Amino acid sequence: MAVTETDIRKIADLARLSLGDEEVPAMTAQLNSILAHMDVLTRVDTASGTEAGSDAITSAIALARDVKSAGAPLRGDAVAPFPMNATAPMLAPDSEDGFILVPRLSTHEDV
Amino acid sequence: MTDWSQKYEMVVGLEVHVQLKTRSKMFCGCSADFGAPPNVNTCPVCLALPGALPVINAEAVRLALRAAIALDFTINLQSVFARKNYFYPDLPKGYQISQYDEPIAVRGTLRVRTPGETATHDIAITRLHMEEDAGKSVHDRYPRKTAIDLNRAGVPLIEIVSEPDIRSAAEAGAYLRTLKQILEYAGVSDVSMEEGSLRVDANVSARLHGATELGTKTEVKNVNSFSAVERSLQREFERQCAMLDRGEVVRQETMIWDASRGTVRPARSKEESHDYRYFPDPDLPPLILDPDYVARLRHTLPEMPRQLRQRFATEFGLNDAELDAVTAESSLAAYFEGVARAHGDANAAAKWMMGELAAALNETGTGIRDFPVRAPQLAELLDMVRDGKLSHTAAKGVFATMRSSGKSAPVVAAEMAVTQVGDDSQIEQWIEEVFAELPAETSRFRAGEKKLTGVLVGAVMKKSKGRADPKKVNALLSKVAG
Ligand SMILES: [Zn+2]
Repeated sequence: MAVTETDIRKIADLARLSLGDEEVPAMTAQLNSILAHMDVLTRVDTASGTEAGSDAITSAIALARDVKSAGAPLRGDAVAPFPMNATAPMLAPDSEDGFILVPRLSTHEDV
Repeated sequence: MTDWSQKYEMVVGLEVHVQLKTRSKMFCGCSADFGAPPNVNTCPVCLALPGALPVINAEAVRLALRAAIALDFTINLQSVFARKNYFYPDLPKGYQISQYDEPIAVRGTLRVRTPGETATHDIAITRLHMEEDAGKSVHDRYPRKTAIDLNRAGVPLIEIVSEPDIRSAAEAGAYLRTLKQILEYAGVSDVSMEEGSLRVDANVSARLHGATELGTKTEVKNVNSFSAVERSLQREFERQCAMLDRGEVVRQETMIWDASRGTVRPARSKEESHDYRYFPDPDLPPLILDPDYVARLRHTLPEMPRQLRQRFATEFGLNDAELDAVTAESSLAAYFEGVARAHGDANAAAKWMMGELAAALNETGTGIRDFPVRAPQLAELLDMVRDGKLSHTAAKGVFATMRSSGKSAPVVAAEMAVTQVGDDSQIEQWIEEVFAELPAETSRFRAGEKKLTGVLVGAVMKKSKGRADPKKVNALLSKVAG
């Protein structure tokens, strides 16, 4: 599996990264070398006793699928306020009037 | 302006987000109340702190199921919550918990009648799924900053996605109004666009009449009323038709409705470049429903607007306009039924509700639930009108005082001294006095000049300060003339 320069531009767009034209060839080469390593990994025999699934997400998905018979636990609709301040400096570096402040989004620069 | 609808057909699909009426959020115990100070209703779960785990709110599931049953959906006894990944400052987790390929309900329908048309149209609804809301971003409050309020983050929603079955802006409006009415009857949401508990995204495309393939669609956003949905769809349809007619290609993009200008413009951000990388949420096992529970819910669903309308038509003999008015909301319908049963004359009840009551609700901006005059009290007022104890005009004044004082109709009528007099001897006495005051008219009247009846009735009414029952006055006068 390999990616093209078009793929790189598309991925950068989805990740909201601005990638200069001059960076695209290097990015393409780097990502392809990572993917080449993945190809090596897929050839490892995991069926015969090896600890499978170092990928935590993959195993968690499998777990979610397996507990079908039990189903998700539910809770009653009770309000239980949690004693914490979401705008405390340790959680939110910048706040005012109870709002958490972040740099103005580029899509709303001229509001 | 060109009437494009002669040549092109409008094709619309609607995505409606509805906030469920729960006390707490979808996956945590934070209050779901609207209007608290910013970021007060937050906790480790909805702030996405490490180690916090979501637990599904059973009441949200119950309300989603009620909505699904009311809209004739097929319920999936197993559904799965997935992570919809995207980055935005008002989404602390970096993903929204939503349902993707296994939603709680599929294949619903909504029967819609567009105003001015006699036939109904069944609109197919693809799916109904549960999800959590994101927080709120305020862009215009502080210079160069975006303000984030996470009170709404994690509030339970259902999303109802229609098939592209809608064929006009008016039909889109009818779909939304009918949907809102059913959800209000089912008691699942406040369904208020003003307060954001109902939000609409519309997909629209245009194609030549008779074409079988769908045209390229655009999504219209930023619509905050049903009439804005209708107007924005019409504008966007016209824009697409004009492009197609010039041989241009419609681009798939998001259009923003500008209510003040009445126009649509393309969104600046490339909203279409999304890849949400959905996968089942490892924190949430599948939601498994007990079939008996679903069956029980089916039986506890209250009467829906269509059944209620049918029943009111047969039981009370109301016409279409009266039915529209008294079944608009479930609470109005219950109020009407209370008045009609206690009073006995359903038409008088409907007439009063469409006239005086509607005007009063409009004036105060309150809903019927908070209206001070309750159904039995209104019935008592209507009884007095029917029994000739109050004229219709006097009843209006009594009604106004009942609203402000909370007192009953007989008490208010007595205090205002407007109770109609139907007592023969009292009316005869007034007539004698009028005869004495107007001797010329009286002798001509006695001689058979019937056209003077009006003058004499008027004089008696004036003498009684409007309290004499005009029917009785007429009857007693004609006895004298006879
Ligand atoms: Zn919370």
